[in-house]
Amino acid sequence: MLELRQITKRFGAVLANDQVDIVVKPGTIHAIVGENGAGKSTAMRIAYGFYTADSGQILVDGQVREINSPHDAIALGIGMVHQHFMLVEDMTVAENIVLGAEPGSALSLDLKSAAAQIRQLSEEFKLAVNPNEPVEHLSVGQQQRVELLKALYRHARLLILDEPTAVLTPLEVEEFFAILRRMREQGKTVIIITHKLSEVLAISDEVTVMRDGKVVGRVQTKDTNAAELARMMVGREVLLRVDKPEPQVGAAQLEVRNLSVVAADGSKRLNGVTFEVRSGEIVGIAGVEGNGQTELMEALAGLVDVSRIRGETILGGKNINSVGARLRRELGIAHIPEDRHRRGLLLDFTLAENSILGVHYRPPIAALAGGVFLDEGAIQRRANEIIEQFDVRPRNAALPARALSGGNQQKLIIGREYRLNPKVLLVSQPTRGVDIGAIEFIHRQLVSLRDAGCAILLVSAELEEVTSLSDRLLIIHEGRIAGEVDPKVATLEEIGLLMTRGH
Amino acid sequence: MPKLARDLLFPLIAVVAAFIVGGILILLVGDNPIVAYRLLLGSALSWPDGIGYTLFHATPLIFTGLAVLVGFRCGLFNIGAEGQLYIAAFATAWVGITFASRSAWILVPLCFLGAILAGALWGAIPGVLKAYFGSHEVINTIMLNFIAVALVSYFTQYHYRVPGDPILQSAFVGEGAHIARLGKFIPGFPERIPLNLAFLLALLCCLLVYLFLWRTKWGYEIRATGSNPTAAEYGGISVRKQIVLAMAVSGALAGMVGINEVMGYRYRYYDGFSDNYGFTGIAVALLGRNHPVGVILAALLFAVLQHGGIYVDGFSEHITKDIVQVLQGIIILFVAAEAFFKWSLGRFGFRRLKA
Repeated sequence: MLELRQITKRFGAVLANDQVDIVVKPGTIHAIVGENGAGKSTAMRIAYGFYTADSGQILVDGQVREINSPHDAIALGIGMVHQHFMLVEDMTVAENIVLGAEPGSALSLDLKSAAAQIRQLSEEFKLAVNPNEPVEHLSVGQQQRVELLKALYRHARLLILDEPTAVLTPLEVEEFFAILRRMREQGKTVIIITHKLSEVLAISDEVTVMRDGKVVGRVQTKDTNAAELARMMVGREVLLRVDKPEPQVGAAQLEVRNLSVVAADGSKRLNGVTFEVRSGEIVGIAGVEGNGQTELMEALAGLVDVSRIRGETILGGKNINSVGARLRRELGIAHIPEDRHRRGLLLDFTLAENSILGVHYRPPIAALAGGVFLDEGAIQRRANEIIEQFDVRPRNAALPARALSGGNQQKLIIGREYRLNPKVLLVSQPTRGVDIGAIEFIHRQLVSLRDAGCAILLVSAELEEVTSLSDRLLIIHEGRIAGEVDPKVATLEEIGLLMTRGH
Repeated sequence: MPKLARDLLFPLIAVVAAFIVGGILILLVGDNPIVAYRLLLGSALSWPDGIGYTLFHATPLIFTGLAVLVGFRCGLFNIGAEGQLYIAAFATAWVGITFASRSAWILVPLCFLGAILAGALWGAIPGVLKAYFGSHEVINTIMLNFIAVALVSYFTQYHYRVPGDPILQSAFVGEGAHIARLGKFIPGFPERIPLNLAFLLALLCCLLVYLFLWRTKWGYEIRATGSNPTAAEYGGISVRKQIVLAMAVSGALAGMVGINEVMGYRYRYYDGFSDNYGFTGIAVALLGRNHPVGVILAALLFAVLQHGGIYVDGFSEHITKDIVQVLQGIIILFVAAEAFFKWSLGRFGFRRLKA
C-alpha cells in the first residue's frame, strides 16, 4: 500500500530521518514505534506531505508518487489523524467533517447529503457518531472518531494515526482498537505511531522500530515481545517491570482528612478525600484524568488558595492547613508536578537556575551579604551534583531548560526534589512524555527514595506504572476515593471499573 | 554563534536597516543622505558640546530604559514611566523647596529619597491593582500618566509657582539641592553644559540593576515570575509580591529622571520638561534586549539621534528633525520584527537559533 524508500530528512544539523525504509502492506495494522525524537512522526509527515524529504521515494500502490502537500496525500487515499485534534468546537460533526471539502455549489452548502453519507460511514464502522451533534458536546474519544470520519469521508484507504491513545481512557482504548480492527476487516490500512508497547502488541500486525532517525527493526507482531521491542527502541536491555523489595513501612507521615477543593462556582473538584501515606511506602492514585488528581496534588503542595480548601492536611502529626507552598517545602514536602512546563521548570532559565527553584531564598544558596546575594559557586555545585547523579544530558548547567528533552527535564526536576531529602514526595505523571530508558531510571529513583523512608504519593495516568510502583493503590473517581486495592493482586479490569464507574 | 554576538546581531541589523530606509526617505525628499547623516552624527559627537549634550540626553533614557527593563523581566509592561518621572521630578523639587535652607549633606540625600520614593509609589499603584485586583498594568499605567501630568501641573500652577512668573515652573530649590555638573571635574569641558552627576548615577544604576536582577534572591524571584508565574508559585514565590516589588523598583528608576532634571539641570520643576522620556524608554529597553548594558548602548544611540536631529533641522534644506522620529520609528519596527523573524525561523525547524 505505502512504501517509503531511503527517505532522508534533515532539520538544520539534526538528521531526523536517515535512509528510512518502511513497507506497509495493504489491509494490515502497522505500528511504528520509537522513543521521542526517533523520527517516526517525521517519516509519517513526509508520507502525508507536511514535509518533503531531502531524498528518497514514496511509493503508493507500487508506483512512485510525488507528495508535496496533504492535498496530494488525500488525493492518493492517505489520511492522517493528529495527536491534537483539529476540530472547530462550536460546529457540528458534519460541518467539521466537510470543512475544506464542502459539498454542493459555491453558494449552497449541501449539508444534508453530507450528513447522510457520514451517518452511513459511521454505521459501517460502528463509530456511533451523530453528524448533527456540536463537537463541543463530545467526549475526547468521540472527537477522535470524528477525526477518523473526516479521513474516511475523504475516501482514505490508508489512515495514519499519531499517538492516538494518548488522550483515551483504558476503556476508550479498547473501543478504539475494536474500530481499528473493523477498518482492517473492511480493507483499510492503518499506520499507528506509538511508544506504548502493550498497545503495539495488542493491535498491530507488523512493527517497524525506529531509533535516532533510522529504522532498526522490522518484525511480525506475533514473533516478538515487549522486552525485544524495548531493547530495539532504546538500544540496550531495558527492565520493563519495576523490581522492588517489600516496603519497610513506618509511621503515618501525611494524613489527609475529608479534604475538598471548592471551585469558584461552588462545585467540588475534590470531594471529601481521606487517606494516609506512611513513611517507606508508595501510595498510588489511579483514575481517569480530570477526576480530582490535579486538585489533590496542588492542594497538598500548598498551591491552592486556603479559602478554597475544606478538611485537614496533617504532616507528621501537625496540622498544615494554612501553610503555604514555601513553608511546606521547608517542612519536608517535595513535589514533582504533573506539568513540568507549566509548573516545574523555568524554561528560559538555565539548568543551574532551575536547580535552585524553591530553595533559592535560603542558605546555602542565598548566603552572601546576610542572605540577599546568591552564591554562584553553591548554585553550580548543586546543579552539577544533580546533573551528575540523575544523568541529565547534555551535562551543561549553563544551558536553558528549554534545550533539554522531556526525559532530561524530568530528571532535573526529580533530582532537584530528591535533593531536598523530603519526608513526603508528591509526584504526578512522573514519566509522561519520557523515553523508555529514562522511565526505568525514574522508577528506580522513586523506589530508592521510598526505601530511604520517604512517604510517596503517586498519581499517574499510566495504569501499568501506577500498579507496578505502588504498594497500595487508591482509585479516584469524580473527586472521591472509589476504593483501595492491592496492586499485586488486583486485575486491570477491576481497577478499570472502579476508575470509570466509581464502584 | 556565541551568545553575545547573537544578542548584538538583531539590534545591529535593526539600526543599520533603519538608517538605510531613512536614507532612502531622505533621497526621496531631495537631500543627500550622506551629508545629512554626517551632520547628524558629526554634531552629536563633537567635543565638547556634542558629546556633552548627547550624554545629557542619554541620562533620562538610561533611567527609563532600566525602569521598563525591570518591568519586562517580571512580565510587566510599564508604560507609566512618563507619569512616574513627572511625579518624582515634582517631588524632588518639592523637597528641595520645602527644605531649601538645609545644607547639601542633608538636602541631596533627602531630594534623592524624594525622587525615588515618589517614583516607587506611583509605580507601585498599578502593581497593587494588577496583583490584588487583576486589572491590567498597561491600562492603569497609561491612565496614571494622565493623572500624574495633570496633578503636577495643578500643583505647580496654584501652589509652587513664583507669583508673576509667566512660565509654568516652580520656584528654585535650595542651593543645597544642586548636584555638580561634570564640567567641574573635566578640564576643557564647560560647566554650561548640563551634563551632571546624575549621568554617573545612571551608569551606577545599570550595575545595581544587573546585580539586583541576576545576583540577588529578590531578582531571581522577579525574573522567575516574569519567566513563568505558575512555576514561580510552585517554587514558593509570591507572585503578587513580585509584581508590586517590580513595579515599585521600576517606578523608582523612572523617578530618578527627576534627579537629573531638577538637581542637575534646571534647579526647579519645569512643567512639561519630559521629551517623552518614559515612552522612549520602552524603545530603549527593547533595542537593548532588556539588559542593562544594552540599555546604555540603546540610550546613547537614541540620544545621538535626538541631539544630532537639532542640527539637521537647522542646517539642511529639506529635512527637519522629524527624520529622527522616522529613524526611531523604523528602529522600533525592525526590533519588533525580530520576534516575527525568529518565530518564522522556529516554524521552519531552526529551533536552535531561538535558544
